[in-house]
Amino acid sequence: MESSGKRDKAWTKNDKIFLGMLIPVLILFFCFNTLPLLKGFYYGLTNYRGYGDYDFVGLRNFADLFSDLRVGKSYLFTFKYAVVMTIAVNVISLILALGLNREIRAKSALRGIYFVPNILGGLVVGYIFSFIFTYILPAVGEATGIGFLQNSLLASSKTAWIAIVIVGAWQGIAMNTIIYISGLQTVPAEVYEAGMIDGVSGWKKFWNLTFPLILPFFTINLVLCMKNALMVFDQIMSLTKGGPSQSTESISYLIYNNGMSGGQFGFQSANAFVFFLVIVIISFLQMKFLGGKEEQL
Amino acid sequence: MDKKGSEGAVGGKAVNNIINVLLAIGCLTILFPLYMTIIIAFKKPSEMTNDVAGALGFPANWNFDNFVEAMRVTDFWRSLGNSLLLTGVTVIICILLHSLAGYVIGRKMARHKIFQTSYFYIVSGMFVPFAVLMMPLVKQTSQLGLANRAGVILLYVVFFMPMNVLLYSGYLRNIPIALEEAACVDGAGVWQTYWKIIFPNMKPMHATVAVLTAMSTWNDVMTPLVIMSGSDVNTLPLAQLNFQSQFGTNYNLAFASYLLALLPILVFYIVCQKQIINGVVNGAVK
Repeated sequence: MESSGKRDKAWTKNDKIFLGMLIPVLILFFCFNTLPLLKGFYYGLTNYRGYGDYDFVGLRNFADLFSDLRVGKSYLFTFKYAVVMTIAVNVISLILALGLNREIRAKSALRGIYFVPNILGGLVVGYIFSFIFTYILPAVGEATGIGFLQNSLLASSKTAWIAIVIVGAWQGIAMNTIIYISGLQTVPAEVYEAGMIDGVSGWKKFWNLTFPLILPFFTINLVLCMKNALMVFDQIMSLTKGGPSQSTESISYLIYNNGMSGGQFGFQSANAFVFFLVIVIISFLQMKFLGGKEEQL
Repeated sequence: MDKKGSEGAVGGKAVNNIINVLLAIGCLTILFPLYMTIIIAFKKPSEMTNDVAGALGFPANWNFDNFVEAMRVTDFWRSLGNSLLLTGVTVIICILLHSLAGYVIGRKMARHKIFQTSYFYIVSGMFVPFAVLMMPLVKQTSQLGLANRAGVILLYVVFFMPMNVLLYSGYLRNIPIALEEAACVDGAGVWQTYWKIIFPNMKPMHATVAVLTAMSTWNDVMTPLVIMSGSDVNTLPLAQLNFQSQFGTNYNLAFASYLLALLPILVFYIVCQKQIINGVVNGAVK
């Protein structure tokens, strides 16, 4: 077995055995990942309703996507949700991680508790919070006389998205906190000692010493959080089902709802394909922008 | 002041005490929904008055009637069985197949271009959300007679492949190639070398993959929802969705059911907390 050397050497028997094992894996992956993606594009070119006959309509679905109000609204909601989530979750979890990384009492118990929301399923958590928003918070508002609490957040199309952010953040913070903690643990003590000699403290210490060193973890959290938020589905399903008046329809939910049972199989396939392109572009930009920043340091 | 590599080393004791208190208070935001779930699950509907105390005060009796009823209504044991089956089989296949795929690709990437291309091809699958593939996959699985648990497992195995192949082939760098060469000299074939030398040596990564795969599978709603719709096969989360109408306004019954749905993973977390947190961190950071 040769471990190094130039690429594309002659094929040894050993290489061929490896290739023989690779091919079935590639076929499996192609059939249930690439093929449905291509099929989705194909369906996007038709007026298929999910059953019965269909005709080709060319790129009409793709053109219609840009003038469809409901689709536009779902993109706006999903991006608003993703941006607010990413900022809120990262700020809060970084603060929590800084606290949980200090020499405090019951540290491991506290860390253990803060991680719990991450292991729970989004759907059931959504149902539990739905009760809090519908009954507990209005009752608290009633008892204390705080006006804005008296109506359920979920009942108004202006505030329902905030409820979804709260639930999403409740779960997302757990994951990001634990990643920031593992990042903070990679910061060597000497860095702080050197900082102390220079008289750096507080906010300056964090910004100039700690943050640059945990930048890779910041990148991971940003990408993970954004990706999860863009695909939000479970919380929508259990909290609002897209309402009130379609104000909280995420792209995933719209594809599911209208594509699977709304007779828009072809149209939503086009939507799904565009959504795929959007995800690819965002991921690419994030990696390019954040990856480039890290190299400068 | 001690010299551990943490921010707190510099802050002093008084600051740490304040932070300690703040963090403990913050914990209430985590514990409150869980507390509420338990309390409501034990109450009778008649105890649920419209004020805060009605929902959050202790129940008059701690009895398990709601749980018994919830188990009957949602067919709890069958849903639990399905969730365990889907998660268990998916985790086993993922560990066996993805570790092999990660090994095959990782070991030959530097030698032949096709392996490197395959690596990027499979790993780039991470950019494809399930919602994008959902509609064609529903058609495809039903045409193939896979609109069932086997189909859901198959889709999980393909869906987690990019992540797991990335993790396994990355971990392979920690395993010296000399180990394989020694086995090869002893006359062991590729297959034997893999299972006897490489597979056991990838144990830490198996744990990470098992945790990540199990958690995603256990809590997933979308895949079983769209693939097995129409059949009466429920997973634990799916049952909560499908029985919403039967819970109606009986929140006590509903919360008993939610608590039952959360309990298995909570118990699992309490038992394997360290492994779960390590697995999640490894999966994200690697």
